Amino acid sequence: MIKRNKEKGIEWLFTALAFSSLVFLTGIVIVLVKEALPIFSTVSLPAFLGGESWYPTAEPPEFGIFPLIMASFWVSAGAMLICVPLGVGSALYLHELAGERQRAVLKPVIEVLASVPSIIYGFFGMVILAPFLQDRFNLPIGLCVLSTSIVLGVMATPTVASIAEDALGYVPRSFREASFALGANRWETLTRVIIPAAGSGISTAVILGMSRAIGETMTVLMVAGGAAVVPSSIFDPVRPMTAAIAAEMGEAPVGSDHYHALFAVALALFIVTFAFNIIAELISRRYRLKLGLSR
Amino acid sequence: MHSASKERGAADFLLSGNGVKSAPGLFGEAENSCIEPKISARGVNFYYGPKRALKDINMDFSPRLITAIIGPSGCGKSTFIRLLNRMNELVPGTRLEGEILLDGLDIVAPVCDVAELRKRVGMVFQKPNPFPKSIFENVAYGLEINGSLARRAIEEKVEDSLKKAALWDEVKDRLRESALGLSGGQQQRLCIARCLAVEPEVILFDEPCASLDPISTAKIEELILTLKKTYTIVIVTHNMQQAARVSDRTAFFLMGELIEYGGTGMIFKAPHDRRTEDYITGRFG
Repeated sequence: MIKRNKEKGIEWLFTALAFSSLVFLTGIVIVLVKEALPIFSTVSLPAFLGGESWYPTAEPPEFGIFPLIMASFWVSAGAMLICVPLGVGSALYLHELAGERQRAVLKPVIEVLASVPSIIYGFFGMVILAPFLQDRFNLPIGLCVLSTSIVLGVMATPTVASIAEDALGYVPRSFREASFALGANRWETLTRVIIPAAGSGISTAVILGMSRAIGETMTVLMVAGGAAVVPSSIFDPVRPMTAAIAAEMGEAPVGSDHYHALFAVALALFIVTFAFNIIAELISRRYRLKLGLSR
Repeated sequence: MHSASKERGAADFLLSGNGVKSAPGLFGEAENSCIEPKISARGVNFYYGPKRALKDINMDFSPRLITAIIGPSGCGKSTFIRLLNRMNELVPGTRLEGEILLDGLDIVAPVCDVAELRKRVGMVFQKPNPFPKSIFENVAYGLEINGSLARRAIEEKVEDSLKKAALWDEVKDRLRESALGLSGGQQQRLCIARCLAVEPEVILFDEPCASLDPISTAKIEELILTLKKTYTIVIVTHNMQQAARVSDRTAFFLMGELIEYGGTGMIFKAPHDRRTEDYITGRFG
């Protein structure tokens, strides 16, 4: 009897542990929505999303987050331009060309790169990259879309490389053999068989890299420049959504419009990254089906 | 005279490596067929690292005959046929000694273009391995990487290859669907069609029915017999009945050695070697 109760207890414990993430997620969503909603009695949703002025502390305050959204969009897009070629290129090199010894060095190095704290990337961007850009392009300030994109791109590269490399690894060896046996060379095999077969996995890698870039806070706080203006060039300083929340939350009185507006920004950010993750999951599921794997 | 020009054509084809097509009519002359071996292996030793997997193999394959290679697991039979289209090169740490001649030319020589070789010596694998593409794209793949054919010609060639592989009637209405939706036996016939599309001269079958049910197996065997008219066929099989049913000549491999090689009837009814007899009567293996 005692033994049975003990087993029941253990079962309950694990059930509770398994469901805890669900509880956290639900809690986060509830709090975000609850704290965000009051702002929409002050501003309409279209004015909030489409408004071009973010002056939360001015009199009267203006809560248009369009500049923040654009800032997040442009730095993430710029980061993609850097981390996709770098990450996918590294994955292809590791998978196709690198010998055992090179792999043994490169793979851990990429993983260490992924584990460098973001403040170190931010520090690097602020102290080395920004002054360099300022000097090189004769800018009033080196903290801008370009510097942020570069730093975020480098940060997201290991994520992309590592997941894309796994995707390439899942392509069965028999596809490669079939291609070679038909007289294809290495390049044809890679571009026409291996990459298409791993294509969905590679797109998952890119999307996850992107959600890493869009959700990154510390780095953008340090290198983006902080101006809440819709950027007109890559040399303009910007204030992405994450940076706005981090920089302003400490000063916004609890319960004020500013406070609720920042929660609404967080909610918008959450929806975007959530959507990215859902898309990534759908793609990778399709990819498993396509290869006939059922993991 | 004809055979000399054929040899030169083949030499250009193999050695130049720039895609010169071999002389037409290679198969048209029945009188040439039994004179020269299509493929011959001379003193072949093969190593996986320090392990010697094949020991001094000498073996000829006649054109337009089906040669079966039988033997227990690990005897080197698959390793051997994978040498004939140089697939073992994809395995690191391997080494080959000896010569393998295709129409009298050494395919192991460094000057030999391996992609061209593989177009002439096609292969069908143990497990059906269609690409995760449509049925049409699978067959068209080999044609597209050669890149010279117009769309219309590719479509004709795909249809023709699927017909030769006895698959056309089953798939003609769903050429754009994924090949992975086909049954195992259909997938294997698709792999055969894909191989036929590049117009090989030799087809290597590496246990093509190992993962198939008896009905699919019967279809593949029937197909192999019809292909014999045009192609030189080598089939590795675990299944002795299969060797007896389809092949003209049979070779018995044991522990990396070629023990006995001769007419299929002779090997199965009156083997000379005691070990062959033990194997085919089921005393081991």
